Amino acid sequence: MTAATEAHRAIEAIWRIESARLIAGLARIVGDMGTAEELAQDALVAALEQWPTAGVPEKPGAWLMGTAKHHAIDLIRRRQTLERKHEEIGRDVERAQEGIGLDVAIDEDVGDDLLGLIFMACHPVLSKDARVALTLRVLGGLTTEEIARAFLVPVSTVAQRIVRAKRTLTEARVRFEVPGGAERMARLASVLEVIYLIFNEGYSATAGEDWTRPGLCEEALRLGRILAELVPAEPEVHGLVALMEIQASRLRARVGPSGEPVLLLDQDRTRWDRLLIRRGLTALERAERLGGAMGPYALQAAIAACHARAATAAETDWPRIVALYDAVAQLAPSPVVELNRAVAVGMAFGPAAGLDLVDGLVREPALEAYHLLPAVRGDLLRKLGRYVEARAEFERAASLTENVAERKLLQKRAGECTAEGTAG
Amino acid sequence: MRVLILAKEDHQVRAATPPTPEEMAEFQKFNEELVKAGVVVGDGRLHPSSQGKRLRFDGKKRTVIDGPFAETKELVAGYWLWQVRSIDEAIEWLKRAPFDAGTYEIRQIFDTEGM
Repeated sequence: MTAATEAHRAIEAIWRIESARLIAGLARIVGDMGTAEELAQDALVAALEQWPTAGVPEKPGAWLMGTAKHHAIDLIRRRQTLERKHEEIGRDVERAQEGIGLDVAIDEDVGDDLLGLIFMACHPVLSKDARVALTLRVLGGLTTEEIARAFLVPVSTVAQRIVRAKRTLTEARVRFEVPGGAERMARLASVLEVIYLIFNEGYSATAGEDWTRPGLCEEALRLGRILAELVPAEPEVHGLVALMEIQASRLRARVGPSGEPVLLLDQDRTRWDRLLIRRGLTALERAERLGGAMGPYALQAAIAACHARAATAAETDWPRIVALYDAVAQLAPSPVVELNRAVAVGMAFGPAAGLDLVDGLVREPALEAYHLLPAVRGDLLRKLGRYVEARAEFERAASLTENVAERKLLQKRAGECTAEGTAG
Repeated sequence: MRVLILAKEDHQVRAATPPTPEEMAEFQKFNEELVKAGVVVGDGRLHPSSQGKRLRFDGKKRTVIDGPFAETKELVAGYWLWQVRSIDEAIEWLKRAPFDAGTYEIRQIFDTEGM
């Protein structure tokens, strides 16, 4: 490897490590995300120009921050000349200069900066897609190309989404801040939603060839773990982390040898990642220890923990899972939760009881195009020996999913119903 | 990807100069930074090899060997499990460690995971 390529690889890795705190620190100084990201990018360009020949500095993070802050001060001065009236800017320059020592950037507590950046990227004024893209970009340090690849959308779509998101933040005058009080809870809910959206897109990809995209799960887990350290007193953050750790523990077991999905009850549990299960259970305990009523994420984590604790599918504590779904349904009622609850009821009290509940959901508009409704219904009908109806449901489910691997699995189930129907 | 960081220490040197409280504090600080960045997923420090055992396999024969082990160099003294996006990222993190002696090995763990 030549020194230049070595330096480039180092810079790429350093960027991944440093970019979020760099952008966060700059956002605190300049106030808006767009400018902060541009300044950070300028510092990256400077590194790419200088490091391959001059060598990577001993404290690369501090170097990047120092370079970017110098640019920030220049920028603020230029703005100041343009708009003399703003006294505030003078204070900005002072604040920026205070932090300019090259050694401070690494050592100073960047926790609040990062938190402010997370709140900004996940601001409710933005659409879900925009929040996801912006979060992966400024907090995950992913390039636009990487985000596009992960979500199977054109690069230009992601690029536009990010540009528009930054513009929306500017237009809505969203400033860099760490909200407190009641607003903090609402804003935190938006952050958790974004992280879980990223996780879920990796866990059961809604479209495309692959059933899972573990890279996205890892990215979401990392964001969750960072957030849990930033706001350790928030039980729902630990609840979400617990949920993601336990679900991620099954990633290896969820995919068969030829990439086909393997459903929870059919999985080889010896392939579950014990380390992630242990981490998940620990995070759940942390959430529970903080007290108060369990939130929706902690409850879902508790459900996931029921599966994680069962050595075989037959040992699953289904009545407890039903009770936990009851609690979720009270807190955050949704047709999808009802559907999951119906599955648990079917397991705990027999397929007929489950089918009763599912039949009540058939006319639910929100589930009209949801492939898991006919999939669950088909499963229950099959257990009741009603193979012809079951087959029709699996076929309908297959036609509704856009995920290729999942469609194949559902078609296979439909085929099995025909075989079983003939045999019976 | 998940990587295993193996701390290989010259145990004779280590025994002669146990870490000072300052060194320990510096290490703690570094470890905390890694945890806050969501990098550390597991870690552990090993008891000295004098308390360790080795099992040697030779056909059907199993021989138990008591520690301490003869090698004076490159005995594993501890490990970290890191979740990183690339080996390069692991290298950059490890470079920041406040160590002034020893060898640290980065090994990628086989996994079906990874983008």
